[in-house]
Amino acid sequence: MDKIYFDHNATTPVLDEVFDAMLPYLKEEWGNPSSIHWAGRVPKKAVEDAREKVAAFLGCSPVEIIFTSSGTESDNLGIKGLAYAKKKKGNHIITTKVEHPAVLKTCKYLEKEGFEVTYLNVDEEGMIDLGDLKESIRPETILITVMYANNETGVIFPVEEIGRIAKEHKITFHTDAVQAAGKIPIDTSSLDVDLLTISGHKLYAPKGVGALFVRRGTRLVPVIHGGHHERNRRGGTENVAGIVGLGTACEIATRDMEKERAHLEKITKRLENGIIERVPDIHINGGGSPRLMNTSNISFEFIEGESILLGLDMHQIAASSGSACTSGSLEPTHVLLAMGKTAELSHGSIRFSLGRTNTVDEVDLLIDVLPPIVERMRSMSPLYAGSNEPVVFKR
Amino acid sequence: MTDKKKIVVAMSGGVDSSVALGVLNEEGYDCTGISMQLWDYAAKEESREDTLAGTGATGGSCCSLEDIAVARSVADALGLPFYVLNMEAPFEREVVEYFVESYLDGNTPNPCIKCNEVLKFDVLLKKALGLGADALATGHYARIEKCGDRYRLLKGIDEEKDQSYFLFTMTQFQLAHIRFPLGSMTKAETREAARRLGLKNSEKEESQEICFIEESGYGEFIKERTGRNIKGGDIVDPEGVVIGAHTGFYNFTIGQRKGLGLSDGPYYVTKVDATENRVTVSKEEGLYSRALIATGINWIDSEAEKAALSAKGLGGIRVKIRYRHSGAEAVARLEESGRLIVDFREAQRAVAEGQAIVLYRGEEVLGGGWITKAIAQD
Repeated sequence: MDKIYFDHNATTPVLDEVFDAMLPYLKEEWGNPSSIHWAGRVPKKAVEDAREKVAAFLGCSPVEIIFTSSGTESDNLGIKGLAYAKKKKGNHIITTKVEHPAVLKTCKYLEKEGFEVTYLNVDEEGMIDLGDLKESIRPETILITVMYANNETGVIFPVEEIGRIAKEHKITFHTDAVQAAGKIPIDTSSLDVDLLTISGHKLYAPKGVGALFVRRGTRLVPVIHGGHHERNRRGGTENVAGIVGLGTACEIATRDMEKERAHLEKITKRLENGIIERVPDIHINGGGSPRLMNTSNISFEFIEGESILLGLDMHQIAASSGSACTSGSLEPTHVLLAMGKTAELSHGSIRFSLGRTNTVDEVDLLIDVLPPIVERMRSMSPLYAGSNEPVVFKR
Repeated sequence: MTDKKKIVVAMSGGVDSSVALGVLNEEGYDCTGISMQLWDYAAKEESREDTLAGTGATGGSCCSLEDIAVARSVADALGLPFYVLNMEAPFEREVVEYFVESYLDGNTPNPCIKCNEVLKFDVLLKKALGLGADALATGHYARIEKCGDRYRLLKGIDEEKDQSYFLFTMTQFQLAHIRFPLGSMTKAETREAARRLGLKNSEKEESQEICFIEESGYGEFIKERTGRNIKGGDIVDPEGVVIGAHTGFYNFTIGQRKGLGLSDGPYYVTKVDATENRVTVSKEEGLYSRALIATGINWIDSEAEKAALSAKGLGGIRVKIRYRHSGAEAVARLEESGRLIVDFREAQRAVAEGQAIVLYRGEEVLGGGWITKAIAQD
């Protein structure tokens, strides 16, 4: 059985081109980019070349890019770094209830540190209300952090308008663009965004590397203290190979984006329509909002998403539900709960997130395999009216 | 997919369930390991505002994240698929809440039986069948035998390890879809099999404790969960004369001797009255019951049920009133109301309300239920 991967919002494979570009920096060019001697020269250049590529990808200047270890670290640096830098000006932060834990838990931490945080609601289609945002702004608001696109539903937030509102009120705007990067064009030169997070492994670079765009003039207090790396904003010897990988991946994303978007849009629609046609009692979560073209989040009534995932895994098909926790088991998703879905429907959700190597044939296979799995599980579910379960379980 | 019978094995990370997976795999079944995540102390810690996450509170003796990691490594070593299912919500609702409420009612709960009944043999079994498995296996020491069109539940071969007491809630449907591969093995054979299979947990100590109770004990647990400040009260003798003071009734169970702080003992707890916040104690002789009343009866053997309904009652049986009890000769009479009256031939010591009784004929489990009243010796 061939393995099929529909979980690209979790992580992506490393592209061959990316791997090839990285390889020299894991072997012969092992020098420290901070060294002034010969051994540091080539790695230093490689890091700066990568910075230019990432900058070109995001429409900014290379000095506005800080390399980090991950999207999570970029979020931490952007949010904590800004909050501490501005704490004399105010202590209020605005975010949403559907952020990634890297943002949510950072905000929770800052609450313990004396900051106040407003968590904006989303409607049943997973969209925030700009009116709510405006009303939440106070004189002491120092930061708005709203994700570019949601990792679970793919819903794209109106970052242009949010940026404009933030700018009007002279509030710093951070966006976690981990899921958007590489899927839709991001241009910081036309967006009023001050801080923007991306992660390597969501766009075909390896794990262990991320970047934070920091608009010139935005003050940040470091979160990781150490040497003079990354213009004193992030200590730690650079992950040269990872950074080269991220740079290369950004270059490829810029080059291939239009083509890939068309392909992904086609196969994701095919997948979603195929499931709608063949499986009754489902809901497309966030279906009424603008969404990333590769993400389809579907709730299956009467059963748990977790069980469907296992059933699919037995057919070597990888998808996801909620967010993976330490044990590899699944939590009910805060995103769907925030959208007003019942706990049952939130538990019954599956996220298919497609990527550039997925094919029409793979999608068709899924559409064949999934309906009987759902049918069998529903027949075991006491919640399902059509259940033909002969035995009443005793309580 | 293959034509091999597909079995999901419930894995706790202990030796028994690991061996269950190993032997079924050796027998040629298409096996998948599944662990239930029931109680995550690290997450609970984090939710407490004033403490830091993961400050060494590992407490639980089974199904903790460490045990799940062990279960995963066992399945990995055998090259078998392994999944973790998050069942924290039903566990908290059906097992932990029951446990706390039972203590607050002055009873002695048995959370392991509840966990078997509600989680393993219901939620998990349905999930396994929903995944296309033919059966669910666990590492219990008990046997299931098909007899005509019915299934019988029997004690494990190893009398010392027999766990059939914890399984009396099983229905015919469950008996038909559950496997106990260790039922015909002794504990020594299980350890031997663990070594043969190269399981690295073969020498692991047995878990005897309640998995969600930390070292601080169940009294602390109940206090913390309910947030109720349950005050101390009186310790009285059988005549109701106050002879001491206690620190909270939920710290006591029937038959308990330690922690009473009474002189000229030994005294034993004979009654825990939650409403009056009173603990009654007596000397050894006051600890005996000649009969008991049980409800929530599950009959595995329908003939036994008929006999119990007859005027003569169900005789020739032995009744276990707790896990480590050899079983006492008794006659059981079932009332129309569903109450079961069990008359012992010889009075039994420390019959605890809230505990389970299980009815045996020889090695066969006929049924069982929950003690609602102990009837003291005249």
